[in-house]
Amino acid sequence: MSGVPRLPAPQPTHEEVLVMTVLEQPGAYAPAPPPSWRPRTDAGPLLPDTEPYRVLGTRAAGRREGSGPEAELLRRLYAAVVRGRRFNEQATALTRQGRLAVYPSSRGQEACQVAAALALREHDWLFPSYRDTLAAVARGLDPVEVLSLLRGDWHHGYDSPGTRVAPLCTPLATQLPHAVGLAHAARLKGDEVAALALVGDGGTSEGDFHEALNFAAVWQAPAVFLVQNNGFAISVPLAKQTAAPSLAHKAVGYGMPGRLVDGNDAVAVHEVLCEALDRARAGGGPTLVEAVTYRLEAHTNADDATRYRTDDEVEAWRAHDPVTLLEHELRGRGLLDEATVREAEEAAEQQAAKLRERMHQDPSLDPTQLFAHVYAEPTPQLRDQAARLRAELAAGEETR
Amino acid sequence: MSTATRQPAAQPVDRKPATMGQALGRALRDAMADDPDVHVFGEDVGTLGGVFRVTDGLAAQFGPDRCTDTPLAEAGILGTAVGMAMYGLRPVVEMQFDAFAYPGFEQLVSHVARMRNRTRGRMPMPLTVRVPYGGGIGGVEHHSDSSEAYYMATPGLHVVAPATVADAYGLLRAAIASDDPVVFLEPKRLYWSKADWNPQEPDAVPGIGKAVVRRRGSSATLITYGPSVPVCLEAAEATREDGAEGWDLEVIDLRSLVPFDEETVAASVRRTGRAVVVHESPGFAGPGGEIAARITERCFHHLEAPVLRVAGFDIPYPPPMLEQHHLPGVDRILDAVARLQWESDYTESPGSAEGRGGGVV
Repeated sequence: MSGVPRLPAPQPTHEEVLVMTVLEQPGAYAPAPPPSWRPRTDAGPLLPDTEPYRVLGTRAAGRREGSGPEAELLRRLYAAVVRGRRFNEQATALTRQGRLAVYPSSRGQEACQVAAALALREHDWLFPSYRDTLAAVARGLDPVEVLSLLRGDWHHGYDSPGTRVAPLCTPLATQLPHAVGLAHAARLKGDEVAALALVGDGGTSEGDFHEALNFAAVWQAPAVFLVQNNGFAISVPLAKQTAAPSLAHKAVGYGMPGRLVDGNDAVAVHEVLCEALDRARAGGGPTLVEAVTYRLEAHTNADDATRYRTDDEVEAWRAHDPVTLLEHELRGRGLLDEATVREAEEAAEQQAAKLRERMHQDPSLDPTQLFAHVYAEPTPQLRDQAARLRAELAAGEETR
Repeated sequence: MSTATRQPAAQPVDRKPATMGQALGRALRDAMADDPDVHVFGEDVGTLGGVFRVTDGLAAQFGPDRCTDTPLAEAGILGTAVGMAMYGLRPVVEMQFDAFAYPGFEQLVSHVARMRNRTRGRMPMPLTVRVPYGGGIGGVEHHSDSSEAYYMATPGLHVVAPATVADAYGLLRAAIASDDPVVFLEPKRLYWSKADWNPQEPDAVPGIGKAVVRRRGSSATLITYGPSVPVCLEAAEATREDGAEGWDLEVIDLRSLVPFDEETVAASVRRTGRAVVVHESPGFAGPGGEIAARITERCFHHLEAPVLRVAGFDIPYPPPMLEQHHLPGVDRILDAVARLQWESDYTESPGSAEGRGGGVV
C-alpha cells in the first residue's frame, strides 16, 4: 500500500544502537540498582538438562544390575507397558466397531502413562487429560468406567474422590489449576499429598498452563506437571507452538525446576516423577517435567496424520518404541525369559478381551437422570422440564 | 414516617446504621469463624482488604492462609478454587470488578458450573464467586458491566444479587453455605447504602431462590433486582406522591436470578395485570427477555398489556460522563409504566379485589 512507512533495512545489533540513559550520565546518579530491586531465585539450579535424561541403554541402567527392587520395578513397568499397548490397540479397534465415539490414543506414549500412574502413592491425585485414559487404567481404575466419556455414556464414569483420579479433562490445560488448588488445599490441611497433572505440548500454549504454574510456584504447592511432548497438537508441530529452548525451560520463568526426560524411557520418567513428587510432598514445591515422546497414531480416529507428517518420521520413532526399549533392557540384563513375555502378553490379552466383551454390551442411560445433578436441588424450572420429559417418555411408551 | 412516631419496640436500640459493604464483610467473617473450610482469596483481598474493603480485617483475624492475596489471574483464581473444592474446602473468591471476571470464564463455564453434573453428584462445587458489579459509580471502562446474563445462561450456576443491607448478609451466608456454585453479584453503587442493622442478630432472610415483594401495589408490577431495586422503589413513591396518574406500583426484588422465583412474580402479575422488568444490563438477550417470556407463558390471560422492559441500552458500557443516560432511572421507568396501555378497556378479573389505583388515562 502506498504511503505506508516501510520498515528500515536490517537493524544494527542491540549493542550498536544502545544509547546512554539518564541513569548512566556520569556523575548524575550513584551507579546503584533501582531501589527496591534485589536478586531473586538463582536460575542455574532450575535449568533442565541439555538433553533428555535417559536410563534405559545407558550406564545408569547398569547400576541397577541384579534382582533387587530395581529389577522388580523394571518388570512391573514392562508388564504395564505391554498391557498399556494392548489397551490402546483395543480401544482404537472399539472406535472402528462403533463402540467408542472417539479415542485419542496414547500409543507410543505408554511409558509416560504407566510411569505417571506407578509414581503416585495411594493418597496422591492424578489429573489426566482426554489422552490419558491409560494412566487412569494403569492406576487400577476400571477401563469401562474410564472410557465412559469417550463412549458417549455419562461424561465421567469413575469415583474421583475415591480413586483420587480427577475426571478426564477435555478443555486443554484447564485441569492444571485444579491440581494446584487441590495440592494447596491438602497442604493447608496438613496432608502429605501431591498432585500430578498431565498435559500435552499444545496445552503449554494455553493461559491456564501459565496461571497454574505461576500459582503453584508462588504457593509452593505440592504439584508436579508432566508435559507429554508428543510432537503435535493435532497437526501443528512444536515449532509452531513455542520458541522456547525446550518446554522444560518454561519452569525457570516461574521459579521452579524444569526436568527434561526421554518420554519413551519408562524407567527415566518414573525416576524423575518420583523425585519430583517426593520433593513436592516434603514441601519443596512444584516441578515441571517435559517428557519427549511421540504420538504414533493420529490425534484421534477422526484424524489423518499423513497430511502433516512423513512415514520416515514415524518409522524413526517406532525404532525408539517404549515397549521395545524396556524389553531390550530386560533381556540385556537377563531379567526377561520367554515365560515372562508370554505372561505379560497373556495378561494384556485377557484385559483386552474383557474390555471388548464389556464394551459390546450397550449401556442403559435413564433420560430422567438428565436433571439429577445440575444442582443439589433442582430448580422449579428443571422440575418442570423433568416432568415434561417424563410425560414425553410415557407417551412414547404408550404409542409403542 | 418521621422518627418521632417510631415505636421503641420496632426499632431496638442495638440496631445501628450499617453499609452493605460492612454487612458483606461481616458475613464473610462469620462464615469463616463458623467453618474452618471457608477460605477467602483473590486480588488485594488480604493486606488491603479488597478494593472496596469488603474483606477488611479478615487476613489479620484468620491469617494469610485463610484470606489470601493471589497472583493477578482470574482463571487461576477460579481454577485453583475448583481444586480446593475438590479437596473439601469451601472457597469464596473475589473477582475485583465485573469486567475483570471474564478471563475466568472458561473455568466458570467448563468446570465450576459442570463438575457436579459431570461427576454425577460426587464432586459438588461449593464455591462462591463474589463479583462487584454494575454501574453508577463513575467507573471508567471495564468497571461498570452488568454481566448477569452470561452467568444466567450457564446451567449449573446460581446467580444472586442482593439489594439491601440485610439481604447482603443473609444471601452471602446462604451462598457460602450452598453446596452449589453461586455467582454473587454485589451492586457496587449500593456498597455504601445504609440501613439499621444488628450484626449480632442479623435479620432472617429467605434463602436463595425466593423473591420478595418490597412494596405492595395494585396497578402494575415492577420486577427488578440488585442496583435497580432502590430506583424502582423511588419510582413507585414518585408516582404516588405525584398523584397525577395515581399508579400504585408493586415492586418485586428477585434477589436471585437463578433459581428464578416464578411463583412470586406470577402471583403478583396476575393480581396487577401489568408488568415492567427493570435492569441495568443490556436489554437484548438480557434477563428481562427471559422474565417477560415466562410472565407471558404463565399469566397471559391476566395481562392487560405486553410486558415491557427498561434496561441498559444495547451498547458497550458508556463513559461515566454519559452513564446517567444509559442506566434505568425513575423517569424512564415511569414512562414505561405509562405505556402499559392504560387506555384499553379493562375488566376487573375475579380475585383482583384490591383493584387498581387510577388506571385509565
